[in-house]
Amino acid sequence: MRRKLPWVLLAVSLSVMAVGLLFGEYRSVLEKAITVCLDCIGIG
Amino acid sequence: MAANPKPTLPKKPRDRRAWYQAAFALGLNAWIPSWFKGEIFQGSVKGVCVPGLNCYSCPSAMGACPIGALQTAFGGLRFNLSVAEKKFGLYVAGFLAAIGSVVGRMPCGWVCPFGFIQELLHKIPSPKLRIPHAMTYFRYFVLATTVIALPLLVVDQFGYGQTWFCKWICPAGTLEAGIPLMLIKADLRPLIGFMYYWKLGLLVLFLGWFVLSRRPFCRTVCPLGAIWGLFNKASLFRMAVDDEKCTLCDMCRKDCPVDIKIYESANSPDCVRCLKCVSSCKFGAISYEFLGKTEVAPDLRVKKPA
Repeated sequence: MRRKLPWVLLAVSLSVMAVGLLFGEYRSVLEKAITVCLDCIGIG
Repeated sequence: MAANPKPTLPKKPRDRRAWYQAAFALGLNAWIPSWFKGEIFQGSVKGVCVPGLNCYSCPSAMGACPIGALQTAFGGLRFNLSVAEKKFGLYVAGFLAAIGSVVGRMPCGWVCPFGFIQELLHKIPSPKLRIPHAMTYFRYFVLATTVIALPLLVVDQFGYGQTWFCKWICPAGTLEAGIPLMLIKADLRPLIGFMYYWKLGLLVLFLGWFVLSRRPFCRTVCPLGAIWGLFNKASLFRMAVDDEKCTLCDMCRKDCPVDIKIYESANSPDCVRCLKCVSSCKFGAISYEFLGKTEVAPDLRVKKPA
């Protein structure tokens, strides 16, 4: 019998990701990523 | 009467995983011109999360560290801040869960540049230390506190949470961004203080531990590995051990970069799915399954000795 759980998890994950993208979260991540992270380098 | 003849054991196939790890480490940090310009890469693709612990403040980093991005999302998740509206970290959480539900912790074994660094340093000849299994649970504590609870609950005077893991622990950030940026950006050097030396000291301790133990950061601290490890038992990609063929010779553990007994739990959350054990097993007892196809190292199917 094929296991269904991974497929359900994948479908839910992709849906959650899509909702995040629709809410503009890509932009938020990008803004953080293109700014020097002072916390990461130890001077924050 | 002659004794049982030993099975003829074929040579192990060449392990090419290090080449994949090197290629991913370079690919995720491919924007080399940034090193000469004294700045970090700022292309619009940098909002794409990468499947590994790779600091986005590394000058040449091409993508976003999912753990850094997740903490930032939780740190800004305040309903009384207009800038934080509707930012729940769903994109990053969905990305992590999608990868986890397909391959579980496999990116740790094949993609993560920080895992690669640990494996390289462990090749340095030295006395080797085993890590007690109880210590591996610490990574869940790190995940629950520094990545989730503290960024959500502890706020500064402006109402924002901090990226606690990046700030206080992450040695990948120090190695990939802290040291390089201090070398190429002179204007940052006057800002060096206690935090910088704390993180530098922590990095030195970890680097020493990498030589002595097998991937200690991944096993005891890494919150990204903690998340993906939770998917190992439920992912599409599955490991399997045939008890009929397994002789408990422990050869798989000897070669395992995370020192696990895969024959006790084939889909253990500690397994990084490097597949080294599949080729190490001389009896073809270890296999993996993906999308209905089962694979075992083809040249290594010899019979279990009587």
